[in-house]
Formats: sequence, C-alpha cells, structure tokens
Amino acid sequence: MTDIQANIDSIRQDFPILETQVYKHPLVYLDNAATTQKPRQVIEKIEEGYRRQNANVHRGVHFLSQMATEAHEDARRCVASFLNSSSEREIIFTRGTTESINLVAFSFGEKFVSEGDEIIVTEMEHHSNIVPWQMLCQRKGAVLKVVPFNDRGELDLQVLSSLLGQRTRLVAVAHVSNTLGTVNPVAEIIRTCHEAGVPVLVDGAQSVPHQTIDVQVLDADFYVFSGHKVYGPTGIGVLYGKEKWLEQMPPYQGGGEMIATVSFEKTTYNELPYKFEAGTPDFIGSTALAEAIRYVQRIGMDNIRRYESDLLQYATRQLMQIDGMRIFGQAGNKESVISMQVGKIHPYDMGTLLDKLGIALRTGHHCAEPVMRHFGIESTLRASFALYNTKAEVDYLVEGIRKVRNLFE
Amino acid sequence: MTVNELQDQVIEDFSAFDEWFDKYAMLIELGNSLPEIQESQRVEQNLIQGCQSRVWLDAHIDEATGHVIFEGDSDAVIVKGILSLLIRVLSDHAPIEIAQSDLYFIERIGLKEHLSPTRSNGLLAMVKQMKLYGLIFSKRAQ
Repeated sequence: MTDIQANIDSIRQDFPILETQVYKHPLVYLDNAATTQKPRQVIEKIEEGYRRQNANVHRGVHFLSQMATEAHEDARRCVASFLNSSSEREIIFTRGTTESINLVAFSFGEKFVSEGDEIIVTEMEHHSNIVPWQMLCQRKGAVLKVVPFNDRGELDLQVLSSLLGQRTRLVAVAHVSNTLGTVNPVAEIIRTCHEAGVPVLVDGAQSVPHQTIDVQVLDADFYVFSGHKVYGPTGIGVLYGKEKWLEQMPPYQGGGEMIATVSFEKTTYNELPYKFEAGTPDFIGSTALAEAIRYVQRIGMDNIRRYESDLLQYATRQLMQIDGMRIFGQAGNKESVISMQVGKIHPYDMGTLLDKLGIALRTGHHCAEPVMRHFGIESTLRASFALYNTKAEVDYLVEGIRKVRNLFE
Repeated sequence: MTVNELQDQVIEDFSAFDEWFDKYAMLIELGNSLPEIQESQRVEQNLIQGCQSRVWLDAHIDEATGHVIFEGDSDAVIVKGILSLLIRVLSDHAPIEIAQSDLYFIERIGLKEHLSPTRSNGLLAMVKQMKLYGLIFSKRAQ
C-alpha cells in the first residue's frame, strides 16, 4: 500500500509520458476518463511479451506456447481476483467495454429476449450502453425504457422501480457516469432489480480505475470494463458474467478456440470462458492488463479512491470560484469527472486554448448526447482525474481557464 | 487585391506572434469582429457538416461585380476567427479565382494542423465548401 500524496513524485516517474512538453509547456493530462496513461511496468510488460513470450496460446506443445498460455491464464486469474469473481470461468476477455456490452446484448438477447420484452437503460449512459440495446430491441421487436436523472445528475430510482415489470429482461446501468461523474448506487439498483427477478449489467468503464469492485458483494450479473482506462493497454477489456447466465447464452462469434469439435454436420462449443473467445485472444494485452491491475493493487484501490476524491473536491472548490463557472453533475456521490461550461465561452474554444497551454482535456458531448439534451446544451469541457494528477495541476488548470476567459472579455 | 495579395497580408499580420496562445487570441479578436449574419441565413442548409461547433456559411453573387460574397458564423469564436480569415481572403472575388485558389496562408500562419480531416473544427470542410461555391458559380456564369 502506498500513500499517494507522500509518493507522488515517484508515482509520476512511473509514467514516462508525463514528462512530455506540449507547445513548450509541461503536459497536464486531464483526459483520463477517455484513456489513462501507462506506467513503465505495463509498457515493459508489452515489450517483454513480444521479446520473450510471443507464441499463440492454448494447445501448443512447445515451450513458448505453454509459457504464453500460462501468462494469459494467469492474467485471467488476476482479473478474477481483482473483481472478486468466484471463478475465472466467469472472466471473458474482450476488446473493451463496448465489445463486452455488445456480446451480452447479442448473446443474452438471442436466448432471453423476444417480441414485446423490455430492456431498461438510464438517461446518463454512454452511447456504448445504449446503442447495443437499441439494436437488440430492433432485432427482436423489444422495447427500450429509460430511467431519467434529476438536475443534480442522480438517477430516479422510483422510476426504475415502476418500470420493472413482467416483460423486463435486463437492466443496463453505468456504475459511474463518464459525463457527470455520478456514482450510481448499483448495489441498491441490483437488489431492487433482483427482487423483480431481473438481471443487471453494470458498465464499469469509469468505476474500475477508481474504486474497489466486488462483483459478489454487488451481486452483479454482468460487469464490464476496459483495460486502457485502468492504466492497461488498448484493445483489451473484460466481461464478467455469472456462470449461470454465461452457460445458457449462445456464442457471440464463431471461430477458433471457441469450439470443442467441428464437423460440417455439427459443431459443439468449448466450455467457459473459451466459448466466448473466438480467434486468437490478445494474450499480450491480457498479461499487460494484469500488470496494470497489479500496479494499482500495489498502491491500493482504497488509497486511490481517497486521493482522487480529495483531488476532485479540491478541483470543484477551486473551479467554482471562477466567474460564470457552471458544473454539470452535482451528485452527492461523485468520482473523478468534472463537466463544465465557463460563461458563454464555447467548450471547443476553451479546450483549444487550454491545449495551447499544455492542458489536455476533452470537449464535446462525451458520447452521451442524452445527457447534453437533458441540460439543453451541445457540449461541455470535461476534466477527469487519475492517480498521478496533483493539486498543482488543478491550480494550473484554474489559472489557464481564467487566462482564456480574460481573452473573451 | 488578389487572393494571393490578401493571403500575404494575413501572413504579415500573424508574423508578429511566436506564441500559440497569442495567435489564438488574434483569432478570437477576429471572430468577435466578424459581422453578424441574418437569422434567415442561420439555417440547416447553410450548416457545414463535420464540425464540433456549428458553422453556417452563406454565399451569393454581387450582381454588379459578378464576385462571390461569403458570409458566415459559428457558435465557437475560434472557428469564427478562422472563418473570418477565409472570408477576408476569398470573399469578393471572381468565382473561378476562388475555385482555383491555393490557400498557402493556412500553412504559413501555422494553422496547417487544423487542415487535417481528423480535426473537428471543420476548417477543411469550410475551405471545401467555399471552393465548391466558386466552382458552382463559375459553371453557372458560363
């Protein structure tokens, strides 16, 4: 366990990219909700994978293949323990959160959703947790229902309760909103849904990097996240699913690895988790993801949560002192994301000028157009934090915003 | 003045700035001073696709000179500043001159990074649309 505040310099040294100069300014990277930077441990793991361990996994008789297979399956055990899943059979490697959701929308949908059935999402979902369900509904003639949020950015759980019914087949909800930063009470949501006999998929893309996740305590039916948002490489992600669901769901894609036997008359499928992993898996990505997980575990997820929560509160306080500052998302329980507008300055203008000062953040609708619509806006400026950010960087951001604002007045 | 003389003027104006921040401060100033367009011009058919901000571009022929007159607006001021430069260089010229123009000033003042199609400010889309207007009006005149 590492006290982040006391060790911030050595932690920052783990991330080589943080030394970058942008337009002659030191990089201040505040776009972590889009992707996080990688510690050298992860970068070295990728390099080591290709230098010393590259051979296709599973069924290889030779030394290298067995070593690669062992590393890949070790990574699966590492993810299982990270999420406190009861078995590594419940951990499917995917390309990321989006693919994990698409997998469930397709396979769960094939088995359990028919005409007139209902799927429930929320108004604050990322498009990746809306569109796959819309496509499922179109395919099956099912209906998509939406749980709204209030102006603070908190879900209306009474509406959720009233929407749950005989025809509800699944509820899909973000653990943390990528735009508002709201931490949704997913344990309570899952309990409510389970009382109505409805399974829940939790989009953990924005929660896994910031807090301890225990899928058994949450009792989540599906929990999904992306490696690259938790200091791991791009192109690798995870679908956790309860065995009881995964066993019943048909395969998502066909190909190598996912089969038991193949003939032109009949093909039988492999067991879990391989049934859902057609083709050569990203075994370099999985081992690097495991390295990223070990990295955050060494620091300690509770330490990360405390440090980032302190940083978020500090940033919110400082930003609110800027004239004309408007923050979207003021939920009681928030994590690591601040969406804002400053006076009448277009977020694009603000983002472009802050970039020239070396500050990287995101402008636009953040793949959550319904959230924008809720507030009657087109876009926001979003700052999002990671464990390597500092109060000095927050101060620099605040100073930068003031400087830009002065240009417009 | 010809399109190229106007481009050279813009290059001259921007040569005073070394810092990116100052160049953008200049664009903001230009954006803020671009004349307002009519509500009737702020319509769907004048919207340019592919921008993170909204950009409207309208063009008509000045009957007296046969030149194309451009007018436009954006809800993002920097984009409006870029648009204002394009209008300063291209507006009030013969359609064929616009269609055949080589806009070297964009690179020379350091805005070339904004010409890449992956950028979301729509500079490329604006240039394309203006040249297209030039082409259409020149065909019509024949």
